[in-house]
Amino acid sequence: MEFQIPDFAPAYPEIFLLCMAGAVLLLDLFLGKRFRNLAYGLSIASLLATIAMIIGSSQQATTFNGMFLRDLMGDILKIAVMLFTIMVFIYSRIYQQDRHIFKGEYFVLALTAVLGMMVMISAGNMLLLYLGLELLSLSLYSLIAMRRDSLHATEAAMKYFILGALASGILLYGMSMIYVTTGTLDLAQIHAAIRTGDSANLVLSLGLVFVVVAIGFKLGAVPFHMWVPDVYQGSPTSVTLFLGSAPKLAAFAMLMRLLVGGLENMSGQWQQMLIILALFSIGFGNIVAIAQTNMKRMLAYSAISHVGFFLLGVLSATPDGYAASMFYILVYGFMTLGSFGMILLLSNKDSESDMIANFKGMFSAHPLYALVMTLLMVSMAGIPPLIGFNAKLAVINALVESRLYWVAVVAVLFSVVGAFYYLRIVKFMYFDQPGEAIRLNGGMEMHTLLTINALALILGLPWIGWLIRICNSALAQLS
Amino acid sequence: MIFIAVAVAIGVGAFIAGWYLGQPSRPDADKNSPYECGFEAFEDARMKFDVRYYLVAILFILFDLEIAFLFPWGVVLEKIGRFGFLAMVVFLTILVVGFVYEWAKGALDWE
Repeated sequence: MEFQIPDFAPAYPEIFLLCMAGAVLLLDLFLGKRFRNLAYGLSIASLLATIAMIIGSSQQATTFNGMFLRDLMGDILKIAVMLFTIMVFIYSRIYQQDRHIFKGEYFVLALTAVLGMMVMISAGNMLLLYLGLELLSLSLYSLIAMRRDSLHATEAAMKYFILGALASGILLYGMSMIYVTTGTLDLAQIHAAIRTGDSANLVLSLGLVFVVVAIGFKLGAVPFHMWVPDVYQGSPTSVTLFLGSAPKLAAFAMLMRLLVGGLENMSGQWQQMLIILALFSIGFGNIVAIAQTNMKRMLAYSAISHVGFFLLGVLSATPDGYAASMFYILVYGFMTLGSFGMILLLSNKDSESDMIANFKGMFSAHPLYALVMTLLMVSMAGIPPLIGFNAKLAVINALVESRLYWVAVVAVLFSVVGAFYYLRIVKFMYFDQPGEAIRLNGGMEMHTLLTINALALILGLPWIGWLIRICNSALAQLS
Repeated sequence: MIFIAVAVAIGVGAFIAGWYLGQPSRPDADKNSPYECGFEAFEDARMKFDVRYYLVAILFILFDLEIAFLFPWGVVLEKIGRFGFLAMVVFLTILVVGFVYEWAKGALDWE
C-alpha cells in the first residue's frame, strides 16, 4: 500500500491550540510565580489566535483519509466554542482567585477540553469522534474536581466520571454494532452503506439505540439526566459556567455528525427516539425547576428543558430544523454564560451566593444588574422581543413544517410552565426586600462583558436574520 | 452466552488446575515470605495502601504504554520513513511536556 502524507493544513488551528496548551502548561510551571496572570492572558491570546486562524482558513475540506472534516458548520461551532471559553475565563477570574483555584492547570484543562470539542466538531470518523469526546470528558472531570477540599465538588466529579464513563462505554458498544453491519467506521461510508430499506436490520437498529442513549447521557436529556443537577450544583461556579455552555455545542456537532452525517437514512427511527427524549426533557426539566431554591440547580433543570427544546429541531429531520437547532444552541449557550455570570458576580470570598434568595431586592441595590438579569431570564423563558424567543420560534417553525403539530403544541405548553420560574426571579429582584446587602464581585472587564452579554440579547435583534441564514447555509453544506 | 461459558470455564478451570497441579504442597518459610512487591503472600487483599502508590502507578502506566508504542515503531522504522519518524517525535514531545510537568510539580519525589 502506498502511503501518502496527509494534508495538515485544514487542521492547523487544532495543532496550534495543542502547542499552546503545552506551552501554557510549561510556562505557568516555570514563570507562573512571577507573573500571576500569565496563564490567563496566554490562554485568551491563543484562543483568539486560533479563532483568527479558523476565519482566515475557512474552507470545505477533508483530510487524514476522511477522518477530519472542515466545513462551515464546524467552523462556526468552533469559533463559538472558543468565544464562549474566552468569556468563561473573563467571568471567572476573580471567583477563581478568591478560591485559590486560579492556577495554570485550570486554563490548560480548559484548553484541552476546547481541543477535544474541536476534534469532535471536525470528526468524520466514529473513532475520531470518540477520541475528541474522551479528551473533552477527561478534562471536564478534572476541572470539576479542581477544588480538592470541597466535598461537593469531589462528589460531583465522581458522579460525572462514573456516568460519563458508562455513557462512553454505551457509545462504543453502539458504534461497534454499526461497524458490524456496515463494515466501516467512516461516517460518509456508513451513510452510503445504509439504504432506507436497511432500517429493518436489527443489529443496526440496536446500534442506533445505543448511540442515541449515549448522546442523551452526554446532553443530559431525560431519562438520562440524573447527573446534571448534582454536577451543576457541586462544581465550582466557574466550571459550571464552562460545562453548561461550550460542550453543548460540541454535543450538537456530535449529534449532527453521527445521526445526520452517518445514519441519516435511519431518520425514521431516531426521530421516534428523539421525540421521547425531547418531550420528557422539556416537561420534566420545566416542572422540577419550579421547586428549586438553589440557582445553579434551577439552571441545571432549565438546561435539561433547553436540551429537550433543541432536540426538537433535530428530530424534524430537515436541514431547516437542524439550522434552527444550531441557532437555538448558540443562543442558549450565550444566555447560560450570562446567567452563571450573574451568580459569579454576586459571589464573594465567603459565600457562593448561588441561592435564588440572593437575588432578592437586586433592583434597589443595583438597578443595572437587575436589568441584566431580567433580560437574561426573559430571554431564557422565550418571551418576545428577546432573542430567546426567536430561537424557540425557529425550532417550532421547523416542527410545524415537518407536520409534527402535536409535538409543537406540547413543547409550547411546557415552555409556558417554564416561564414561571424565570419570571419568579424577576419578581424577587424588583418587588422583594433584600435580605442582606448585595456586594458585587468581579473586575471592570467582567462587568462590561456581562452587560454586553445581556444587552446583546435585545440589541442583536437586527442581525438575527443574518445569523439564521448563516446557520442555514452551514447545514445546507452538510447534506 | 458463549462468553459466559468461556469465562466460567476459565475461572473454574484455573482454580481446579491450580489445586490439582500444585498437589505436593510443602510450604516453608522461604516460600511464604514476601517477594517482588513486598507484600505478604497470604493475607487479606483489602488492606490500606499508601496513596502515593496510586500516583506512581498511574505515572508508570503512562510511560509503560509509551514503550508499547515504541517497540512496533522501532521494528518498522525503516519502512515508514521520515514521516513515521517525525510522528513519533511529535508524540514523544507531548509526553515530555507531561513529564517535565510532573517532575517540576514534585510528583516523582517520594518524601
